[in-house]
Amino acid sequence: MKIITARRISQIFFLLLFFWFCIVTSLGKEWWQLRGWPVNWLLELDPLVGLGTLLTTHSLYKGLIWGVATVVLTIILGRFFCGWICPFGSIHQFVGYLGRRHKSSLEKAKINRYHRWQVLKYGILIFLLSVAIADLAVFLIKWPYSQPWIFWTLILCSLVAAIIVTMVRTPVDPKKLSLYLACGVGIWVILGYIFQDARILSASLQIGLLDPIPLVYRSINLIVLPLIDGSALKLFSSPRYYEGSWLIGAIFVTAVLLNYKTPRFYCRYICPLGALFGILSRSALWRIGKTETACIDCHLCEKNCEGACAPSSEIRINECILCFNCLDDCHHNQIAYQTAPSAAGEILSPDLSKREFVFTFLSGAAAAPLLRLNGNLTDNWKAGLVRPPGAVFEKEFLSRCIKCGQCMRVCPTNVIHPAGLIAGVEGLWTPVLNFRIGTSGCQHKCIACGNVCPTAAIRPISLDERLGRNRFAASGPLIIGTAFIDRGRCLPWAMDKPCIVCQENCPVSPKAIFTREQFNAIHMETPLLVKTANFRFVEFDKAALQADRLATGDYYCLINEQSDQQPRLIVENTTRSLTISPKAPWEPPPTPGSKASIQIRLQKPFVDPERCIGCGICEHECPVRGKRAIRITAENESRNRKHSLLPRT
Amino acid sequence: MSVNSDPHQSMLNRRQFLIRSAKAGLSIAAAGAIGYQFYESSAPDGIQRESEYAGLPDFSIPDTGSRLSVVRGHDRIKTLQLALKSIGGIETFIKSGDRILLKVNAAFASPPMLSATTHPQLVSEITRLCFKAGAHEVIVTDNPINDPLSCFNLTGIAEAARKAGAKVVLPRENFFKYMTLTDAKLIRNWPVLHKPFKDIAKVIGVAPVKDHHRSGASMIMKNWYGLLGGRRNIFHQDIHNIIKELAMMVSPTLVILDGTTAMMSNGPTGGSLSDLKETNTMIVGTDQVAVDAYGATLLGKDLSELTFIAKAEAYGVGTADYRSLNPEVISL
Repeated sequence: MKIITARRISQIFFLLLFFWFCIVTSLGKEWWQLRGWPVNWLLELDPLVGLGTLLTTHSLYKGLIWGVATVVLTIILGRFFCGWICPFGSIHQFVGYLGRRHKSSLEKAKINRYHRWQVLKYGILIFLLSVAIADLAVFLIKWPYSQPWIFWTLILCSLVAAIIVTMVRTPVDPKKLSLYLACGVGIWVILGYIFQDARILSASLQIGLLDPIPLVYRSINLIVLPLIDGSALKLFSSPRYYEGSWLIGAIFVTAVLLNYKTPRFYCRYICPLGALFGILSRSALWRIGKTETACIDCHLCEKNCEGACAPSSEIRINECILCFNCLDDCHHNQIAYQTAPSAAGEILSPDLSKREFVFTFLSGAAAAPLLRLNGNLTDNWKAGLVRPPGAVFEKEFLSRCIKCGQCMRVCPTNVIHPAGLIAGVEGLWTPVLNFRIGTSGCQHKCIACGNVCPTAAIRPISLDERLGRNRFAASGPLIIGTAFIDRGRCLPWAMDKPCIVCQENCPVSPKAIFTREQFNAIHMETPLLVKTANFRFVEFDKAALQADRLATGDYYCLINEQSDQQPRLIVENTTRSLTISPKAPWEPPPTPGSKASIQIRLQKPFVDPERCIGCGICEHECPVRGKRAIRITAENESRNRKHSLLPRT
Repeated sequence: MSVNSDPHQSMLNRRQFLIRSAKAGLSIAAAGAIGYQFYESSAPDGIQRESEYAGLPDFSIPDTGSRLSVVRGHDRIKTLQLALKSIGGIETFIKSGDRILLKVNAAFASPPMLSATTHPQLVSEITRLCFKAGAHEVIVTDNPINDPLSCFNLTGIAEAARKAGAKVVLPRENFFKYMTLTDAKLIRNWPVLHKPFKDIAKVIGVAPVKDHHRSGASMIMKNWYGLLGGRRNIFHQDIHNIIKELAMMVSPTLVILDGTTAMMSNGPTGGSLSDLKETNTMIVGTDQVAVDAYGATLLGKDLSELTFIAKAEAYGVGTADYRSLNPEVISL
């Protein structure tokens, strides 16, 4: 079997595996639903996810340890992940093939030539990692003060080492060396002094914006699946919607269509994961290269070169994605995958100057503090930012969420959505609850999102913890927000209409929404006067009523002069008369001329903040559909005590 | 041959002129025809219109009359069997080859022990009995309030139905049809779950006894709410009339009101065992008004609190005076 056949099989296998994972990430007991399928595996194999979260959280969460395997294999083999596994890369490769299949070999070789802008992806990688690096930077900067013994011992050791080196290797100027050392240590100590209060330095995990694996998960799950659902494929019991999906879709479609112009455009110019692999592959044990210096310069090896890594001349090892097309296309067998470096020479590092590196690094490191200046993490927190149950506190959350959308995919009620700008620019596409969309609010007895989250931005909580039972009885149920009634829009509060749908649907026991009964006189231009009456029947002086409208069980009649002042339930009415329930007749009957009013019995809803968990089923069901008369905000959420509404013990 | 290919021959010849004229004439005719065909002189009225249908057929059995039976006991399966037997056996109602629709209460994503939904034991037993009586197919359906799939799964109804051989039908958008019910004020041009009723011969309603803060109680008649689609909860503004109209809309073959465990408070969602009470009663009958009237006694409610019962009775759906049906009250 030819090696490119093996590569194609591998690509098809992983692409199908990925699609399969997307399909089975749905809650249920069937074999084609989420029941132990390792749906996050490709995300876990992605070492950029591991590295990013390692920088921001100082830990490799659970399956992210798989990233180490990818790193090890990359160091041995080169960028095999890009050419053999990455599902996004396979999509690009296929579309790129469609785009160039009618072109001549010469034209193909031309579009696969190395372009200097391919260095851009290294800049993107450095930028995204430096956004996340603040914690590490803070640790290093503060080192002289936090662990002075270790720091100064290390400095001393390096000084001794430097002296030894100087003595052994004469060309080094001892004066110069000591000056450099002194300056370095001095700057370090001064920086540490300046940034003692490192409030300004903050880390944010943004790799998910462009990391191809979260990107392709997000795009397929939130865009492609909902679009094709309902055709022959019936994936969801009701149509799925995702707010702001246009942006995710536009980026995905653009990235895919750009392959028509330049094959693997995304991989060559944008992909930060590819850049990471590029750096890792510089000392790969095996690499592609020419076996002889001299060749006929036919450039056929570049006809289908996916990485645009110039195998015909000095090959760029860090750009080579191991597609092996050059090996196959070379008619003279002059290209091999070998341990020896290419006979025509190699370029191992990206064309990134020191200056460019420092510039990109500093702008990345400055970006996160800049974003935090809006105060989103302190007093300016956004009330509408209701996170899924089990989401860790916001600062930690932003250090963990890779915007992969797995929680949004698995949510059985479609209540989790990719955030727009509500969580700030850095919170783009992080999960936020939208109670207007979906089949229900956040279901009371569901913990799916936390159990699928690959980075524990949403913790894998148990049902007991969510509901505050058994072991968690003392801490009470998990609260994601609190319902507030908009009394200007609520039907019983503002419009004298009975309703209490919110109370009916509140799943908490005892209910977090309770009612207070109230009788309100319905509005009339002039008061009703009794003309004739008996114990159960009264006729008024004018025809002011709508026939049969008052017999709904909610309307009552009050005769002002009656001593008990009790409204009586109306069971029948015409335009000018009414009959009350036999259960409580008037004693004595109203006298002619006395004033009467029609009263409506209202149950007015109130929220008990001690009980409300913020599930939003009330908001989802509220019959005031435009802007709901009861809405959830993040007040009282368990994950941040500063958002408490009540004094908590 | 293009006209200007040869500068010396820039004039049209006759043949070319005729071809071109014919093409132009056809294009003009087509444009004119399309314009004429779609021409509309009046503005749209801006209201979304749907085709309507008149209502569900009557599923009751004409010559059985009103029957009611009450069995006391805590074992649902036994009380159900006995209750059915005492009103003449399921064979009286189900004939060989019938397609049966079982309207359960699956409104909430809540486990069976919380009694907010129809108990799965009942679903499987009724299905079993229907098949025993020769039913061709049993369809279990509801349009729940919470997420439909979660509701059917968590309540145990889906599994019970499947195991017993019944077919669970989850509502989909195109399963609803607009209905205007005769004599109704609320169910007018309103989406009603329609597709599952296709070729159905008999309808059985089966619901638990529950407290309901707005209407007083949720039993058999209130359970038909799950056949409505659209923004149905605006009808909570006139709750008693909508329940009456639901009872007008559905004439079931048989109704089964499960009062084994009644939800006494915090209804209709419940959520805690402390909301429940063992009332150990199974009520089976053909008159949904009488069945609900009996069910109200389990909740300790006075009929005057449940206006919808009097309203349904007044329309002629059934009788609120269940004693007039001489129910046989049996204890296990």
